[in-house]
Amino acid sequence: MKPIRIREIQGRVVPLPRDDVDSDQLAPARFLHAQPRGGVVLLHDWRFAADGSARPDSPLDHPVRAGAEILLAGANFGCGSSREHAVWACLDFGLKAIVATSFADIFRANAWRSGLLTVEVDAETHGELLAAVAADPSAEVVISLEELTLTLPGGRRVGFAYEPFARRCLLEGSDALDVLLGHDDAITRWERERSQT
Amino acid sequence: MVHREPGFPSVLYVDLHLVHEVTSRLAFLTLKHRALRLRRPERTVAFVDHVITTGDRSRRLGTRSAVKLISVLERAAHLHGIRLHGPKSVSQGIVHVAAPELGLTQPGMTIVCGDSHTSTHGALGALAFGVGTTEVGHVLATQCLLARRPKSFEVRFEGRRGAGVAAKDLVLALATRLGAGGGAGHVFEYRGAAARRLTMEERLTVCNMSVEAGARAGMFAPDEVTFEYLAGREGSPRGKAWEAALARWRGLPSDDGVVFDRSVTIDASRLEPMVTWGTRPGMAIPIRDTVPDPAREGDAARRRAMEKALRYMALAPGERLLGQPLDAVFLGSCTNSRLSDLRAAARVLDGRKVNEGVRMLVVPGSRRVKADAEAEGLDLVFRRAGAEWREPGCSLCLSLNDDVLDPGQRCLATSNRSFEGRQGRDVRTHLASPETVAASAVAGAVADPRELS
Repeated sequence: MKPIRIREIQGRVVPLPRDDVDSDQLAPARFLHAQPRGGVVLLHDWRFAADGSARPDSPLDHPVRAGAEILLAGANFGCGSSREHAVWACLDFGLKAIVATSFADIFRANAWRSGLLTVEVDAETHGELLAAVAADPSAEVVISLEELTLTLPGGRRVGFAYEPFARRCLLEGSDALDVLLGHDDAITRWERERSQT
Repeated sequence: MVHREPGFPSVLYVDLHLVHEVTSRLAFLTLKHRALRLRRPERTVAFVDHVITTGDRSRRLGTRSAVKLISVLERAAHLHGIRLHGPKSVSQGIVHVAAPELGLTQPGMTIVCGDSHTSTHGALGALAFGVGTTEVGHVLATQCLLARRPKSFEVRFEGRRGAGVAAKDLVLALATRLGAGGGAGHVFEYRGAAARRLTMEERLTVCNMSVEAGARAGMFAPDEVTFEYLAGREGSPRGKAWEAALARWRGLPSDDGVVFDRSVTIDASRLEPMVTWGTRPGMAIPIRDTVPDPAREGDAARRRAMEKALRYMALAPGERLLGQPLDAVFLGSCTNSRLSDLRAAARVLDGRKVNEGVRMLVVPGSRRVKADAEAEGLDLVFRRAGAEWREPGCSLCLSLNDDVLDPGQRCLATSNRSFEGRQGRDVRTHLASPETVAASAVAGAVADPRELS
């Protein structure tokens, strides 16, 4: 597996100002058997009609948002199932980061392992960003994982919190499994001690 | 905890790793690509539940892709020497029903599975939570996870439940009170007089839906109810080992003086049977109430979510759920498919008929539940009433197998999520208890179980 390295992401934003966007919208169940590629899985039923045609009201596919790499969502993004397919669907669509007012625990834990950034912002920042990208679809934001800052289109920079271990892995391109494998001796010791009690 | 380092997640040892056919496939591939062995086959137990058909299995186990997923798991289990409760096993069933039943789930254990409803196992005093496929791979390879200590959240159920109010109604009320993300970053501990009085199967129902209120895990301190449930189960310790385990388990509960990061109290005596009106489990109301009006919601994002939910559900503000016509009802899922759930529904259905406009699917949680139910004649009650008596699996909880409803249909279900498309594209799902589902099956529309029993 290729190591994932991320320092900074700069890009345009596609707004999805909704709370509780759940796992089953991000990756509908019928795509879990063998996930098709090409960006079609993400929010499939909100984007495509039953006959497969594009829905004019798709929240992601407006031409002015084509190529946007950052999704701006509301609270509790990714709630529901633990399916990592929800994260993979975002990446497959071309997203590199989700900015939201909060994330579901499992989604956040899954996201960084595949290299999708989750940036939690307060309601004020969320509102400011939403207004800026609604007014100007070409507006860009910069997410610096190194400095833990989000730079809004107007130039204002806000800090965000990020799991320090996840940040280190992404900056260094190191893999959590390697870290765990590095604890092999301690794990063996633990197993030996416990088998004696 | 194998290893701790300031500022970093701890290395958490996983005592029991439960595996199913959907979220493990790529994790087994990781082992193969990295030439790693599965570290602890004896701590890994696999079940086939998500994609398997709940219809006749004598000729085929499901759709072509389902059969493939099942055979991939069978090959992996064989290769790595792990126990598999596959299609032919007498213990086949939904992982969160079958594992506790086998005595695999025990107090004080750490348990993970590539499934968010792993929270179910907390009913026995285990720390149990769902993980994604990447972490399934980590556990296969190292039996460990990197994890931070979550915050604690006390959920107190006090008072005495009224007749017709089920464990399901307690947890629907909790999810509604907290909102979908309300418990994020926390583990629930269920306490209080009404919580202590719950049977083990009711506790499994409550813990199962912890995740619907945002908490990755929920648990009950082990007590006599726990020990009685575990005594004599296949996986439970025996003889001297049982006595030693009991002594250890009795030492597990939190001290009385423990301080929780957050706390909420729900008075069970004021609860009524609950039904969801919207597209997540936290959008529930007492069954006789009317659908809420988004115009009264002050928060804009929440208002939009309510409006969108009502559009999807084809409901209007102020409308009653009671009497809402149904196309299907589903009794099943890791939330409500245990023997006591089937008994509760059968009591309502006994001597009655499922309304002819309604299709009722009864899907026992495991082969053992099915056999026990048949030994009591519950299958006959369901069949005589006109319901379908099916084979165990996840079924219409998430429609990952061939149980899928038609667009536009309305279904009342005992499962755990009413997300858009959960039971098929454009299907409208309402959640409720087994009693409410059974009463509604008879009425052909959402009905109050207290009026039928």
